[in-house]
Amino acid sequence: MRKLLALLLLLAGSLATAQEITVAAAADMSAALPQLVEAYTKKTAQSVKLSFGASGNLTNQIRNGAPFDVFFSANEEYPQQLIAEGLASKETLYRYAVGRLVLWVPADSPLDLSKLGMNALLDPSVKKISIANPATAPYGRAAAAALRHFAIYDQVSSRLVVGENVSQAAQFVESGNAQAGLIALSHALTPAMKDKGRYWTVPLDAYPTLNQAAVVLSKSKQQDAARRFLEFLRSPEAASLLTSYGFSLPAEKH
Amino acid sequence: MNWQAFWLTVRLAAIVSTLLIAIGIPIAYWLTYSRWRWKFLVEAAVALPIVLPPTVLGFYVLVALGSRSPLGRWWESLTGHTLAFTFEGLVIGSLLYSLPFAVQPFATSFGAVDRQLLRASASLGHSPLQTFRRIVLPLSKAGLVTGFALSFAHTLGEFGVVLMVGGNIPGVTRTISIDIYDQVQTANYSSANQTALVLLIISFVVLSVVYGANRRPWAVGPWR
Repeated sequence: MRKLLALLLLLAGSLATAQEITVAAAADMSAALPQLVEAYTKKTAQSVKLSFGASGNLTNQIRNGAPFDVFFSANEEYPQQLIAEGLASKETLYRYAVGRLVLWVPADSPLDLSKLGMNALLDPSVKKISIANPATAPYGRAAAAALRHFAIYDQVSSRLVVGENVSQAAQFVESGNAQAGLIALSHALTPAMKDKGRYWTVPLDAYPTLNQAAVVLSKSKQQDAARRFLEFLRSPEAASLLTSYGFSLPAEKH
Repeated sequence: MNWQAFWLTVRLAAIVSTLLIAIGIPIAYWLTYSRWRWKFLVEAAVALPIVLPPTVLGFYVLVALGSRSPLGRWWESLTGHTLAFTFEGLVIGSLLYSLPFAVQPFATSFGAVDRQLLRASASLGHSPLQTFRRIVLPLSKAGLVTGFALSFAHTLGEFGVVLMVGGNIPGVTRTISIDIYDQVQTANYSSANQTALVLLIISFVVLSVVYGANRRPWAVGPWR
């Protein structure tokens, strides 16, 4: 009898957590999204599990049946691809922000970013430049595009080191192993990096716009809970949190 | 199939397993014959990479040997660059990562040499070093082959350390396992498949060498 009770309790426990939703999110949200979730959970008692990675990697995982309910991508193309493949629902697609690429150097760097801009990377003291993997990370693609825009790609390509996603690119330069990095503004503004370095915001016309887009996945068994969470993104509370991490909102014009 | 990544990985594994013969033999010798009561602590330290996640080694190479640490600064003043994102960085990470795979087979085979032979050799006037070179080493051939092959194969399959400290530079730090990972992440399955198959075959061949070297043709079962 006691065993049966224990079993029932276990079952009840697993039923309770079945309400949890799982969000796969682009690495540039690694600081902002946990705070959004905290605010959301406090309000609605809905618990949300987070899994971060390069948007391309996550897309590939979703294609192979990863059990995510919502996908936050650092560009709009990956969600569009999933929609075209029937893996995400079109009407839930929401462009919630625009991400910014920055050139970041550690505080002890001698480079004057405001004067040099992107050309700071040509300085001989810059031996390694960290970027995210252009094959799978939208920020990596943006970084490569920006280097081409300023016509310095060929000069610096031998010094590029490639992070698996934009968080790793940020970690490479934050730890001092690279002397400069092209990373997400949302990382440069985290408490962990804010005081450790300086950044220069790469102009928007230097790379394709990093439209941040979220979508509910078709295979999710919790469509309603997932949609409600996306609805929360439109609230002023979520918006102010996102802007505090350097994301510009879709309504704003630049 | 990315041949550049393939040959880079083979070069890395060959350098690491060769260096491990040079580093591993003295360590294994000491582990076999030392009577120090705290020897087991050294044994445990040598075995650490078997159980430590590669990410721990990667983290240490990146941070403890990075440009913010005294050790990293010393290396930088010596060579002009940090360990991370270089081939040497991968060699050092892999030496740590594969150390027990060389030392343990070495030590096991040294320890299996009949002590009578060692005593006989000593009584005939050989120094311990001469005895080691003329008696122990030749009798440990299978152990040496095993240690070399295992550390070679283990380095060939290294992933976590390289992912953390490599920086994925083609021709420098993009090893074959990173290449497979990239191919899979970009849904390039046919290319990943080819490369994975080549690695599978090589691993099988290397392990066959290990088991072949340790084959005991005279082994008989208790039922005979």
